[in-house]
Amino acid sequence: MKVFEKTKMLTDAHMHYCPGCTHGIVHRLVAESIEELGLQEKCIGIAPVGCAVFAYDYFNCDMQEAAHGRAPAVATGIKRCLPDRTVFVYQGDGDLASIGMAETVHAAARGENITIIFINNSIYGMTGGQMAPTTLIGQKATTCQNGRDPAVNGYPIRVCELLATLDAPYYIERVSTHDVKHVIAAKRAIKKALKFQSEGRGYTFIEVLVSCPTNWHMRPVDALRFMGEECTKTFPLGVYRDKSEGKE
Amino acid sequence: MSKILLHGTEAICEGAMRNGCRAFFGYPITPQNEVPEYMSVKMPQIGGVFVQAESEVAAINMVYGAAGAGIRAMTSSSSPGVSLKQEGISYIACARIPCVVVNIMRAGPGLGGILPAQGDYFQATKGGGHGDYHLIVLAPSSAQEACDFTYRAFDLADRYRVPAMILADGMIGQIMEPVELPPMRPLSDIPEKPWATSGHYGKDRRILNSLIIKPEQLEPHVNELQRTYNEIYANERKAEQYKTEDAEIILTAYGTVARICKSAVDQLRAQGVKAGCIRPITLYPFPDDAFSSNAERADCKAFLSVELSLGQMVEDVRLAVNGKKPVYFYGRTGGNVPEEEEIVEAAKGALGKAKSEL
Amino acid sequence: MIRILLAGQGGQGVLSAGKFLAESGLHEGKEVSYLPAYGPEMRGGTANCSVIVSETPIASPLCTVPDVLIALNGPSFHKFAPRVRSGGIIIVNGSVSDAYAGRDDVTVVDIPANDLAMEAGNIRAANMVATGAFCAMTGAVKEQSIINCLNEKFVGKPAVCDINARAFRAGIEAAKKQKK
Repeated sequence: MKVFEKTKMLTDAHMHYCPGCTHGIVHRLVAESIEELGLQEKCIGIAPVGCAVFAYDYFNCDMQEAAHGRAPAVATGIKRCLPDRTVFVYQGDGDLASIGMAETVHAAARGENITIIFINNSIYGMTGGQMAPTTLIGQKATTCQNGRDPAVNGYPIRVCELLATLDAPYYIERVSTHDVKHVIAAKRAIKKALKFQSEGRGYTFIEVLVSCPTNWHMRPVDALRFMGEECTKTFPLGVYRDKSEGKE
Repeated sequence: MSKILLHGTEAICEGAMRNGCRAFFGYPITPQNEVPEYMSVKMPQIGGVFVQAESEVAAINMVYGAAGAGIRAMTSSSSPGVSLKQEGISYIACARIPCVVVNIMRAGPGLGGILPAQGDYFQATKGGGHGDYHLIVLAPSSAQEACDFTYRAFDLADRYRVPAMILADGMIGQIMEPVELPPMRPLSDIPEKPWATSGHYGKDRRILNSLIIKPEQLEPHVNELQRTYNEIYANERKAEQYKTEDAEIILTAYGTVARICKSAVDQLRAQGVKAGCIRPITLYPFPDDAFSSNAERADCKAFLSVELSLGQMVEDVRLAVNGKKPVYFYGRTGGNVPEEEEIVEAAKGALGKAKSEL
Repeated sequence: MIRILLAGQGGQGVLSAGKFLAESGLHEGKEVSYLPAYGPEMRGGTANCSVIVSETPIASPLCTVPDVLIALNGPSFHKFAPRVRSGGIIIVNGSVSDAYAGRDDVTVVDIPANDLAMEAGNIRAANMVATGAFCAMTGAVKEQSIINCLNEKFVGKPAVCDINARAFRAGIEAAKKQKK
């Protein structure tokens, strides 16, 4: 009989994420994937600034905490010097697509052999619900209290699509965590990305849609429904690049 | 070993590589472009890493990653670019990641000009970025020192687990002088870094972090940093004294300006004025002992700080002299370098003023 | 100690001539320094560099009062001629400049550097003509040292090396004639 076991790639630390937030699920997917691939001992993770800032307490491997938006640069520094290690980056939407957009685009353009896990919950969570570069049109935030207005706030940025204009990235996929089926698909994508990295194939980028019931001011179940019904309209799920499948 | 003619920038690179630097991350800005250019050629030849970063911000964070993984890493820039690096330097200081940052100073503020200046003294020695921290700051005055100090900076950074800075003016960036290169140090000779996040391979995992959210933890961490700075102060202050033994007027300057001051001292002595020069080699920690000991001498009448700024190091000179003798200032900015004769006149003026006020 | 200021237009080879002088001094076991003054432009601007060759350690690397000025064009000649130390030497490229320094306490050596360089094979070797004149006038570095530098710099380009060596010798001869 197989008894469920928590992955050894997660520590026993109590996670600080809000009830109903799916960050914790993504942590587990990343951790399980690393463990299953046997990469734990040679793995170095980069934590961002934002909700996942304490990720260094949760992932049970060597960790560096990066400045806001700079994680891909930090990862570049490590991976270039230690190319046989596995280097993964965990970033939120403000970190990755706003203040860190330059680092994001250039690490991708250089084709750094790293894996980026991009958490898109379309809001600044840690700082209390301000508008993110991924906030949906009409979605309310504390800095656009009547809802995001394109005339004032511009439009949300689709990072997968943007990075797919570059030549270097090897694998880009957008997944979601709004139901079990999609969580399983997300795990498959994350593991594939880490495997590609361990095979030295190049830059891999997985965008994961995540809910934020707290700052969306929704009950967790409603937040999952919103994610599945609304977020996926602006951010269509799917593979945007997979060179192993000839998808350029 | 015979000497070869090298640019100051090349000397910096050689000093770095010969003491184990195997990662360089940089971004173009005049007048330090020769550093990334040289490194882009040399690093791959010695099995090192060179990346032209997308910005100075990215470059310093690549250093954070590489040095955090235990590699001796360096970045280089010039004033406006070093301002951009300050965020990363503050994180590096808090996370205790040893690395070397080179600043070939140009004239500011703002985009300023590309000619030599020393307007970044405050930024370099007082912290620069946010929070309570310091870098060890070394100021070379020749191509030979550019090499030797960069070599040494890596050892100091590792020993104390702090970032170190080579603070050079634009003249060091352009000058060519004979340099005797130290031998290439084998990487096996460099002490291991048990704290480095390089994959734990079954041992205890390591974390490099500058987020210490609990006040009861952050205060001891910052106090520990301060203890390190106190130790650095006790061990590493360094200055060169030139003809100060009987000097009535003591000029002080760092970097290439100090060399012009030395020529001025010779000229003053030829005119019968007892002049000397103190050249701080470490700007942080500031070699205050060299100043206080001279200030206590009865025949020492005054100090004159000569800088390519409007008066930055002079504040540390005043603190060191501590009111015992008058401290005067002579500075040029905008990329203008004072000539010997200007300094001679300024020194005579300062001495005359000090004597008339006695 | 000799302080040399070399000046001209960007592209005239002012900086490489300066490096040759520094390199030669070094090979002869002397202390040397080479400090270029640079502008923002890559080409066509003004260029000058300060070279010091000395028996003793060099303090200031500046040549605000040079012992010798090598001016490869008119504007440089007129800009820097007033700065030369009394009793100093000015080598001026007579092909493109007048030679009137407006002072009689310096020796002005008028060398048609461009013309001699063209005779040697390439106008771009005018810097070497002036360098030759400098060696003949001062003896601060040995002629063979400069030739060695040329051989090193143009290794694999014997034709270019020959042109520069010819230009260098033409400069020496032209200066010797003026000395007499």
